[in-house]
Amino acid sequence: MSPDSPIFKTATELSADLTAGKISSVELTRAMIERVETVDEKVHAFLHLDQEDALAQAKASDERRSKGECLSPLDGIPVGLKDVISVKDQPLTAASKILENYRSPYDATVTVKLKEAGAVVAGRLNLDEFAMGSSTENSAYGPTRNPWDLERVPGGSSGGSSAAVAAREVPLSLGSDTGGSIRQPASLCGVVGMKPTYGMVSRYGLAAFASSLDQIGPFSTTVEDAALLLETISGHDPLDSTSFPKDIPSYSGELKNPAQPGVIGLPKEFFGPGMDDEVRAKVDQTIEHYRSLGYQTKEVSLPSTDLSIPVYYVIATAEASSNLARYDGIRYTSRSERAQNAIDVYAKSRGEGFGSEVKRRCLLGAYGLSSGYYDAYYLRAQKARTLIRQDFERVFKEVDAVLTPTAPTPAFKFGEKSEDPISMYLSDIYTISTNLAGLPGISVPCGFTQSGLPVGMQLIGQAFEESKLLNIAHAYDRDHLYGRQAPNL
Amino acid sequence: MSEDAPMDIDYVANLARIELSDEEKTTYQRQLGDVLKYFEKLQELEVDGVEPTAHAFPRHNVWDKDESKQGFSATEALKNAPQSRQDQVVVPKVIEE
Amino acid sequence: MEYEAVIGLEVHVQLNTRSKMFTRVGTGFGQPPNTLTDPVVLGLPGALPVMNRDAIEKSIKVGLLLGCKIAEVCKWDRKNYFYPDMPKNYQISQFDQPICEGGEVEIEMPGENPAKMGAHRMVELTRIHLEEDVGKLTHYEQDSLVDYNRAGSPLLEIVSEPDMHSPDEVFAYLTSLRNSLVAAGISACDMEKGQLRCDANISVRPKGTTALGTKVEIKNLNTISGVRNGVEYEIRRQIRAIEEGTEIIQETRRWNPEQKYTTPMRTKEMAHDYRYFPDPDLMPVKIDEAWIDRVAKELPEKPFDKQRRYQEEMNLPYSATSSLCGDHLLCAYFEEATALAKSPTKTANWVVNDLLRELSQANKVDEFAEESNEAITPQSCPVSPQSLAELINLIEDGKLTNNVAKELFPEMFATGKTVSDLIKEKGLDQKSDDGEIEGICADAIANDSDAAEKFRGGKEGAINALKGAVMKATRGQANPKVVDETLRRLLS
Ligand SMILES: [Mg+2]
Ligand SMILES: [Zn+2]
Repeated sequence: MSPDSPIFKTATELSADLTAGKISSVELTRAMIERVETVDEKVHAFLHLDQEDALAQAKASDERRSKGECLSPLDGIPVGLKDVISVKDQPLTAASKILENYRSPYDATVTVKLKEAGAVVAGRLNLDEFAMGSSTENSAYGPTRNPWDLERVPGGSSGGSSAAVAAREVPLSLGSDTGGSIRQPASLCGVVGMKPTYGMVSRYGLAAFASSLDQIGPFSTTVEDAALLLETISGHDPLDSTSFPKDIPSYSGELKNPAQPGVIGLPKEFFGPGMDDEVRAKVDQTIEHYRSLGYQTKEVSLPSTDLSIPVYYVIATAEASSNLARYDGIRYTSRSERAQNAIDVYAKSRGEGFGSEVKRRCLLGAYGLSSGYYDAYYLRAQKARTLIRQDFERVFKEVDAVLTPTAPTPAFKFGEKSEDPISMYLSDIYTISTNLAGLPGISVPCGFTQSGLPVGMQLIGQAFEESKLLNIAHAYDRDHLYGRQAPNL
Repeated sequence: MSEDAPMDIDYVANLARIELSDEEKTTYQRQLGDVLKYFEKLQELEVDGVEPTAHAFPRHNVWDKDESKQGFSATEALKNAPQSRQDQVVVPKVIEE
Repeated sequence: MEYEAVIGLEVHVQLNTRSKMFTRVGTGFGQPPNTLTDPVVLGLPGALPVMNRDAIEKSIKVGLLLGCKIAEVCKWDRKNYFYPDMPKNYQISQFDQPICEGGEVEIEMPGENPAKMGAHRMVELTRIHLEEDVGKLTHYEQDSLVDYNRAGSPLLEIVSEPDMHSPDEVFAYLTSLRNSLVAAGISACDMEKGQLRCDANISVRPKGTTALGTKVEIKNLNTISGVRNGVEYEIRRQIRAIEEGTEIIQETRRWNPEQKYTTPMRTKEMAHDYRYFPDPDLMPVKIDEAWIDRVAKELPEKPFDKQRRYQEEMNLPYSATSSLCGDHLLCAYFEEATALAKSPTKTANWVVNDLLRELSQANKVDEFAEESNEAITPQSCPVSPQSLAELINLIEDGKLTNNVAKELFPEMFATGKTVSDLIKEKGLDQKSDDGEIEGICADAIANDSDAAEKFRGGKEGAINALKGAVMKATRGQANPKVVDETLRRLLS
């Protein structure tokens, strides 16, 4: 593949090329389809790609541009969607067998926004079933492989979305992040991934995992592209009661006026044991770079950090056990052929249709809410969640952003953690508290290990201050652009 | 909640309406027992007087005016149904528990 | 031994909003199956709820009407259980922070006879909460069909204290509650359409004791008479069980309206573990004083208050007020008519007897009709309150006899013509023209000198024969008062 190929360009560059008429959206979309046909056999980032539909959208975009009616900088640029985001008349499997034959009769709000921006909404991307997992091994349709090392996981749950961008199958994609499901796979695949503040991006049309934690966010190769995609999908949505009424500035525009270097907090609880040495080294270099840019760094403390995993798993599984009750074999999910009566339909369809992690979490969630255990688990976890939020509120009185590694290790091998739920849960240790506090977080590639595996660093920002967070992330990213390095496939 | 009160896997599986094989029951019983032990950190925590967080950024009165909009046709509503008849979803006989 | 029943009711009332509780697709009864659906109603992946402000306001209205304490903040919880009529397999409801607490419903027990007012008392309420309705299951031999049109409609659950003791009290409670809710305009409360549904918690205990017996919940009490019969049956069943020494188990039983008995559904051991928790998709509701004040201004007069006012201010007889006050539309009609008419009592009688009779005849359901038409209300009926007042005033002024008026009314109802239209059309202008009447009276005296003599001789009753003759000659159209006066003048 020629390095000049459009697939190696950023969305920002492609947008300029489309405007200049150097390439058409149909050509770009064809190149993308070809790339998927060449590499996805190895990577398996895609669950479905409706080529005809993608090309029709591209053609419509070209027609618009030829009439001078370009809808947005993303007009004509392909964007892949994690297969939990509804697109009218397209499949939505959530990587579960139970939704094998389902097609969504409606568009998610982010889908509407992308279509209104003229983007080519193309491809259903792989994930851990119902976004439950950190490796994409929990997909009922087979795992996605890390484009940097096909023996390793891409992270998860948005592993298809991160791998598709890393493998240059799409320039941009969307994932969802409940406890790190965008940032951790971005880190493991060497791309940029961002979880916005809870409430910034509508959840309407996103198959819910844990409603109080889920957010949709962008994957890209640069922070600049992430800003572009984020400003397209953000904004208040009357269809989502948890969506926050905030004006959305042009994030990509604001990157052009870099802010004065501020203060970066380094939470001591995140730099303890459990972190891989190479990860630590890369993160240390990142800190050094910020210092060289004039940023101050400061050790801070988030004392409730060690509660975050239990709190997260109690809350997330409880909400999930209820959210996933609708997949019951009655109205739109697959029905067990062994069902003799209505009760059977539920237990057998769900027993057959759900994979083991989904079952495990539904059981755990039902237990934590059940009679006699609610106060000890769910209510306690909600109170502990308050303490975690307060930690961050305190820290953000002193700093502009918090810097941590995104994940404790680089990409691990298939099967390495899949038999031990707790060790798998620990791979989200650095990302989970951000969701519990509702804060924005971004993972930016910060180098490679000796064996060539990407490493990411995470910046956590103040609530609703994505512009500031993107600015700080961009200050590092524009000097390194590790995300622009493509794996050999 | 701890080793002395292991999770009643049959009860929970029935609550969650998930049929489990005997093998699955054994595995989940063990794994979830481990997970619950790991959660004991939470039980030790002092939470008196701490308000629970239900929403990261709570608000009030997020609502719509009462205006009705066009919904699905019966065909759209039933497009994904495993079984339908007379524009309705068919379910095997409902027997009271 | 004598026993006392202790009964509490859970009444579910569908609010008459245009759109559903948590999405803006329409509500309604009798639409083609599954057409009042959308992603939220069907619980599709990704669908999210958004509250209906009007449903909350209507709930506040009910709370104020029933004297409840309105919550400053209420929130939404998920009640988790699996059932095919419930799309998400959880119901959005209110668990520990309902919109209303406390309150009471005034009831009236039957009097000695229909003309006598019965005893009144207050039935205490526990709480009122707002939730979403489920779909409708139709059971067949081999399977069941589900229509989700009703699913997601706003549903108010009104929970009473265990404060009733007989089927009659239960009946009185439901009747009163329904009258108030209909008067407030928050629901038509049509049980046949499922707009009002009822579960009863029943226990019995030896009379004079205070400890509560084992409670049994009866479901499927879906008509007012069904509630009365079901409660009556269950009380008898429990008393018999105690007398026979069988244990009453805490359970849920279903009323079978055709066979008229209750059968077990599930026992306490099989009770659901609903796993309530706050719905993370919805924000709480804050209700401030200003809102409550605004709603309070729109409250209707309570039916029993209105009834007392009619009795006290207008001197209406109890029987008339009891017929009027069960129907707020009839009351509105009455008040409009009586403002123009000369006699409140006559107006009430005309409304309660004649208007009601014509209305019920007109609304009699044609069993063979394809679909039932909109019911005719006092407001939509052809006789306007003005027209009725005109009729009553003509009688009062002696310009129309009561008998003729009674004959004309059905025609007014059928045609929408006013009484003066009909009088003109039929040449029924009453013969009160003094000259003409005087001539006819003189003729009558001349033709029956016998009667005339007797009257002159002091036999008061003899005048009736003369009056009869005059009325006959005028085909009943002479004003009796004028005839009486004229005869007496001529005979004196
Ligand atoms: Mg109830
Ligand atoms: Zn209820």
